[in-house]
Amino acid sequence: MNWLAFASIISAAMAVSFGAIGPALAEGRAVAAAMDAIARQPEAADTISRTLFVGLAMIETMAIYCLVIALLLLFANPLLK
Amino acid sequence: MKSPLSSTILFHVGPVPVAACVGATWAIMAILVLGGILVTRRLSLVPSKTQAAFELIVDTVDAQIRDTMQAGPGPYRAFIGTLFVFVFVSNWSSLVPGVEPPTAHVETDAALALLVFFAVIWFGIRAGGVSGYLKTFATPNPIMIPLNFIESITRAFSLMVRLFGNVMSGVFVVGIVLSLAGLLVPIPLMALDLLTGAVQAYIFAILAMVFIASAISETKPPPAVSS
Repeated sequence: MNWLAFASIISAAMAVSFGAIGPALAEGRAVAAAMDAIARQPEAADTISRTLFVGLAMIETMAIYCLVIALLLLFANPLLK
Repeated sequence: MKSPLSSTILFHVGPVPVAACVGATWAIMAILVLGGILVTRRLSLVPSKTQAAFELIVDTVDAQIRDTMQAGPGPYRAFIGTLFVFVFVSNWSSLVPGVEPPTAHVETDAALALLVFFAVIWFGIRAGGVSGYLKTFATPNPIMIPLNFIESITRAFSLMVRLFGNVMSGVFVVGIVLSLAGLLVPIPLMALDLLTGAVQAYIFAILAMVFIASAISETKPPPAVSS
């Protein structure tokens, strides 16, 4: 195992682990805010939950990008060819 | 371990290789089309149980379109509904033993995202004409033209990566757990996978609606302010 492979594996793990922190915190805040809004205004629950789903998908995309970067590093690394 | 970016070749049609995910896509398309023909063959005013169940699906899609796009569902029902049903069925096709969901491969998701990309252009042009659609790139002012242009490409790209990442990571995690632990251990993860698949199908359809609605609403002139 050469140094490039070693560095790729380490950075793939770091990309996922650190990349998941931000979206996790953000999704927590978004869900908490939506819960708050639904508790105050239960009749708007439909609209709020639909917007929440779309927003969560947007936030989650950041973590998914990190995952894709990690997979590229592990399986389609141009430097290791 | 097999790379999630590679695909297994099923057979060759002449010089063109047909991958396993393409075969699964064709099978799902055939099932959906045949099912649609069978269900709508004998429609009656007083619905049977099957017809009522499928009318419920159509009604739900219509209601979502009406709520999200603030427009009549007529022109969009076919596209959005097909998109939702196809993504949903392909995400859940992992329930069939031996079938890998086609959406777990980046090619299928790229095709779906490309469809949404062209649908946005098509519906935008239909709502406001070519010049009206091109003018939406210059809103709120011409400085935004490069940004709006890039945005229209990156959001199709993010649509692709989102669906691919979610479905593929589900398949991947189930594979890893299966190789580490025994027979029944991955079942809770597969249940979670089904939930994610349903939510992702919903989100894909909703985002397609949001993008199309933004292309349509921007072509309309702003309502005149009455004093």
